[in-house]
Amino acid sequence: MSILVDSETRVICQGFTGKQGTFHSEQAIAYGTRMVGGVTPGKGGQRHLELPVFDTVADAVREAGAQATMIYVPAAFAADAICEAADAGIELVVCITEGIPVQDMIRVKQYLAQRPTRLIGPNCPGIITPEACKVGIMPGYIHRRGRVGIVSRSGTLTYEAVKQTSDLGLGQSTCIGIGGDPIQGLDFVGCLRLFAEDPQTEGVLLVGEIGGEAEEQAAAFIRESFDKPVAAYIAGATAPPGRRMGHAGAIIAGGQGTAAQKIAALRDAGAEIAASPAELGAAMARALG
Amino acid sequence: MNLHEFQAKALFRSSGIAVPPGELITRVEDAGAAWARLDCETALIKAQVHSGGRGKAGGVVAVGSAREAEEAASRLLGSRLITVQSGSEGLPVDQLLMEPAASIEREFYFAMLVDRARASIAMVVSAEGGMDIETLARERPQAVVTLPIHPATGVMPFHGRRVARVFGLQGEPARAAGRLVQDAYRLFESSDAQLLEINPLVLTADQQLVALDAKLAIDDSAAFRQRELFGLRDARQRHEAEERAHEYDLNYIRLDGDIGCMVNGAGLAMATMDLIQHHGGQPANFLDVGGGTTVERVAAAFKLILSDKSVRAVLVNIFGGIVRCDLIAEGIIAAIREVQVEVPVVVRLEGTNAGAGREALARSGLDIVAAADLDEAARAAVEAAA
Repeated sequence: MSILVDSETRVICQGFTGKQGTFHSEQAIAYGTRMVGGVTPGKGGQRHLELPVFDTVADAVREAGAQATMIYVPAAFAADAICEAADAGIELVVCITEGIPVQDMIRVKQYLAQRPTRLIGPNCPGIITPEACKVGIMPGYIHRRGRVGIVSRSGTLTYEAVKQTSDLGLGQSTCIGIGGDPIQGLDFVGCLRLFAEDPQTEGVLLVGEIGGEAEEQAAAFIRESFDKPVAAYIAGATAPPGRRMGHAGAIIAGGQGTAAQKIAALRDAGAEIAASPAELGAAMARALG
Repeated sequence: MNLHEFQAKALFRSSGIAVPPGELITRVEDAGAAWARLDCETALIKAQVHSGGRGKAGGVVAVGSAREAEEAASRLLGSRLITVQSGSEGLPVDQLLMEPAASIEREFYFAMLVDRARASIAMVVSAEGGMDIETLARERPQAVVTLPIHPATGVMPFHGRRVARVFGLQGEPARAAGRLVQDAYRLFESSDAQLLEINPLVLTADQQLVALDAKLAIDDSAAFRQRELFGLRDARQRHEAEERAHEYDLNYIRLDGDIGCMVNGAGLAMATMDLIQHHGGQPANFLDVGGGTTVERVAAAFKLILSDKSVRAVLVNIFGGIVRCDLIAEGIIAAIREVQVEVPVVVRLEGTNAGAGREALARSGLDIVAAADLDEAARAAVEAAA
């Protein structure tokens, strides 16, 4: 088992024939992802990477049975692409695109609120179920099928978590990068709910960072209703207040959103805290006992 | 991107939000004429810098004559203002805004911002304006009211009535508060703002609602559709090195330590800073080189890091991901040669072909420590800087 995607998931790519879309679709196919086509408006009817190209997501759903999409379109068109996918009935939208205006995301979030579609991202590495389905830009080879669910706001820091859990022989059930933007789709709590239902996931490694209150919400959820072991790391303990640390969401504002507050909340909820980014795997192993 | 007060007030004015009459002064010799045009008894001269706390830092001066205006202008123009937020180097004062001192009956706080938890635009208002809102929110949270605005409806007339009630206004000033809410929302949406703040918003003796201060921050991600606003950007309000980083599309923030950091990915970059401190060192900067780790970008990043003379060692931490580490290693070697790096460099490479990458670094004959893992890399960098 796993969450959200598995070897049966029928995946398309929006921005399929562009440079990013082409490269990462090739990588996904090579990993074994069940890619069933892609969307580039105006190029419907052509073939690309030996797969059909569609003009609209609705065509891809109707003709190829698409269930999940990965979006690599430029930021100016990303909100449109997400909403088009939701409108077409896609179950899972993974938006890799970085730099979407925040007011666009307010409208997208509102649009999605009345629909069953789940959004991962934007500005994220995507989702992978090891040895089954890769929807995103993560390097597939560092993953091992296994016991740990990973959820993270960062890209390369997620890879650290993956590699360390692979090296320790724990492996991963599913890994989700939820992205570094202030307004995003699936959050920590949403991922924890899904991991709670998944028998393959024995514990969860949560990688957070400064800014916002998503980690505090996760801590409250863990305390009240999450029974599996949790390990956590929060990046940005040394970040100066008021400065945006690369990610648009990573800013300590008015003394809120600090690493210390988030670590305290997670520790109080019973999570095993990784003291440094070199100890992500070790903390997870301790939590699993 | 932050706008200056005078730029924000110009946008306010054209959006219907009342602001005091003002004169922009960029040359000392213009101060006297500007004073005469304002035709008032007392005026305030305000340094235009991207920072709060200007008043306490001496950046706001009351003047009562043409001569006083000129004196204040000559003192402030060309100086650097050091505020609680600006850092020890301060910010350059290139422009002054002179306004007649208002006769204030009451002071309020009004802000519109992106509420990330609710995924909406929200107003934050208080009947107690003038003071630092973060202090107020901490000490008297019940005095600060947050009013979310639903994205489907936008701002509605009842929002205006609620704001007027919070401010304790009735009659014409209450209606003015309603208009302010509408005008501010329209400006906020149309300019892709992240924050619109008026502190203080005042009720003058003649019952006008006027924005005495103005802060407007625009979403950087919206630059592609807000060209005109981004044309107002004042590059001099940022640290020179951070401004250069902006040109190379690198994320760089200068800090106080002595270990330079070059990392791919914002989360890993923050984590690397934390790890350095965990091992007893202090990071000199935050730097995210991003996904495409080319020779050109790595060279630019080294130049930036080394422009900080307090840097005694550099830690490069790259998780290669899909990019091959042997190629990244070649990029690092070429960049170190090109920039003539003279401090020790510790490199930790992980990802595809990491072994080949480490070998290439070892063979280069340069002063590079190729570390096998994260912990070792941080420890080596802290030792090298000691």
